[in-house]
Amino acid sequence: MATLHSAPRFTQIEGLKNTLSQALGDHLVEAHEEHGELLLHVKRDSIEDVLRLLRDDHAYQQLMEIAGADYPSRAERFEIVYMLLSLTTNSRIIVKCRASEDTPVPTATTLWPNAGWLEREVFDMYGVLFAGNTDLRRILTDYGFEGHPFRKDFPLTGYTELRYSEDLKRVVYEPVELAQDLRQFDFLSPWEGADYVLPGDEKADMPPIDDPKVTEKPSDTGAGVKTDKHAAEKVSAAAPAEKDGGEAIDPPEPTEDRPARAKRKGKTSKTAKATEPKGKGK
Amino acid sequence: MSMQLEESPTTGDEVITNYTINFGPQHPAAHGVLRMVMELDGEIIERIDPHVGLLHRGTEKLIENKTYLQALPYFDRLDYCSPLAQEYSYVLAIEKLLNVEVPERAQYLRVLFAELTRICNHMLNIGAHVMDVGAMTPNLWVFELREDCMNFFERASGARMHAAWFRPGGVHQDVPEKLLVDIGEWLDTRLPELFGDAMSLVLDNRIFKQRNVDIAVVSKDDAVAWGFSGPMIRAAGIPWDLRKSQPYDVYERMEFDIPVGTNSDCYDRFVVRVKEVYESAKIIKQCLRDMPSGPIASDDRKVAPPKRAEMKQSMEALIHHFKLYTEGFHVPAGEVYVATESPKGEFGVYLVSDGSNKPYRCKIRPTAFSHLQAMDFMSRGHMLPDATAILGAIDVVFGECDR
Repeated sequence: MATLHSAPRFTQIEGLKNTLSQALGDHLVEAHEEHGELLLHVKRDSIEDVLRLLRDDHAYQQLMEIAGADYPSRAERFEIVYMLLSLTTNSRIIVKCRASEDTPVPTATTLWPNAGWLEREVFDMYGVLFAGNTDLRRILTDYGFEGHPFRKDFPLTGYTELRYSEDLKRVVYEPVELAQDLRQFDFLSPWEGADYVLPGDEKADMPPIDDPKVTEKPSDTGAGVKTDKHAAEKVSAAAPAEKDGGEAIDPPEPTEDRPARAKRKGKTSKTAKATEPKGKGK
Repeated sequence: MSMQLEESPTTGDEVITNYTINFGPQHPAAHGVLRMVMELDGEIIERIDPHVGLLHRGTEKLIENKTYLQALPYFDRLDYCSPLAQEYSYVLAIEKLLNVEVPERAQYLRVLFAELTRICNHMLNIGAHVMDVGAMTPNLWVFELREDCMNFFERASGARMHAAWFRPGGVHQDVPEKLLVDIGEWLDTRLPELFGDAMSLVLDNRIFKQRNVDIAVVSKDDAVAWGFSGPMIRAAGIPWDLRKSQPYDVYERMEFDIPVGTNSDCYDRFVVRVKEVYESAKIIKQCLRDMPSGPIASDDRKVAPPKRAEMKQSMEALIHHFKLYTEGFHVPAGEVYVATESPKGEFGVYLVSDGSNKPYRCKIRPTAFSHLQAMDFMSRGHMLPDATAILGAIDVVFGECDR
């Protein structure tokens, strides 16, 4: 596919995928190129070796970012994605591995000092542990925060909210109370893309009824003497008639017959009279 | 009496223990809400533990719950000193996944306004930096220029700061011709005059140099290892600029120089930014000169909305408009990491799409994270007042750092 977009054009090295695949050998799970990016999926336990190899032998000097991502349907639900940049070959690659809540990922702090905070952020947001990171504290969330907010099963609104309490003269934490439901609109087109049952569509899949109800004979309808007898029982009391409390109001007169408004006395700038309460005037 | 004298503190036999202080979170030199736990030996910094995240708003999580277009304004609110530069990475990431072509005029407009954003950002940083080390007047002068930039943004987009003007496939609206004329005039007159005046007070100033030269020297190797980017890595003497090495839009047609430092101290970082302002002005002038007329957004109606006038006539256009602003567009599944040269450094967006109308994951790579992390290593052995100079030279904004 021809490149039409004008996103940053870094050097596309010929055969980079094969070179790196061979260099990584057994560490590599899978490598593929997509949208002009080379993605290397490697084994979790060898991530540190892979990154060292890429840094020392393939000139990827800078670790720009470590991103976490959550795919709850997978057995190892988290993906840890390392963005590497080479200043000398002007190339970028993405290296990633998978982990679950209780499988620690080897740290990259031994290779790059700035991996420390990046790993702390992934730990904070997803709860992924990094073996060997000596300072794995939370970084972005509040002091004393519980949970890992960027997991897909963590609600967007969170669990606690805080406000300043005038009584206690301090900030207090309270469970989230929403004045109205969180507005999550679903704009997916029902003709394409909707992967859920549209309202009413659930009836389409119902099994056909063995004995369909028909009204071919009068007895099928349930009408007859027997029903007539019981009919009166079920009729509820009539709604109480509206109480007639007063005289009927006449409809407004036609405008043509209505007398014209009396001519105003005095100057129009004098509005005092108009604002005075009626009946109090002289 | 003599016993009491022995107990009272004297110099020489007193063991001074380190003490810990809080720098921020409410401190004008902390550039926002940064709390730094500092361990001091007298006035010398032994250790700094920056506590970030006081402005964490969960932007990335919010973006996962919005359509691609609805998520765009969040980027203005990250680094609120250079809003359009943040949008740039995001729209390029979407365009890369969609593989959509952007008309030439839109590319020029985006480059023009990205550079104007750079000037706007550097005005704030330069002003704040000199104020952090004690000078008042230049800050007031360069804020005038910042105000001018804001007015230009307003005339283009309707908003002074949160422009939301870059859109996938181009820009939101075309600019009035008079605006381009005014920007050109401003570049020739007001900017060089006022900025030149302000910098003449600072660059050779003895006090300013005493506060900045040889403060927080970072070697080339360290700058690379700590993931520095932008003016921070250029001050270390590495001519690395994504606009040159990995050009996007029409940057490869622009002629400009990359200013680099020699000493890699706070003064160099400051001067690199000052020089970058002039380089940005050069780029804007080239944009004004070469900008063609034509459409300002992609004509792919599945990405960019139709013109208002067209909607009055065409049912097709009306449907496209409705679908774009309710359902939004679907982005092919895949993942990209797109980084642009924001005024503060490499601002990256790692965008994962699952083929729906909402991003599955949008990781934002803030520039400040790597730089601020090096705060501890840069400040060690320096005096307490140097911390403000180092922080000023990092150019940190917490909307972006904490997200």
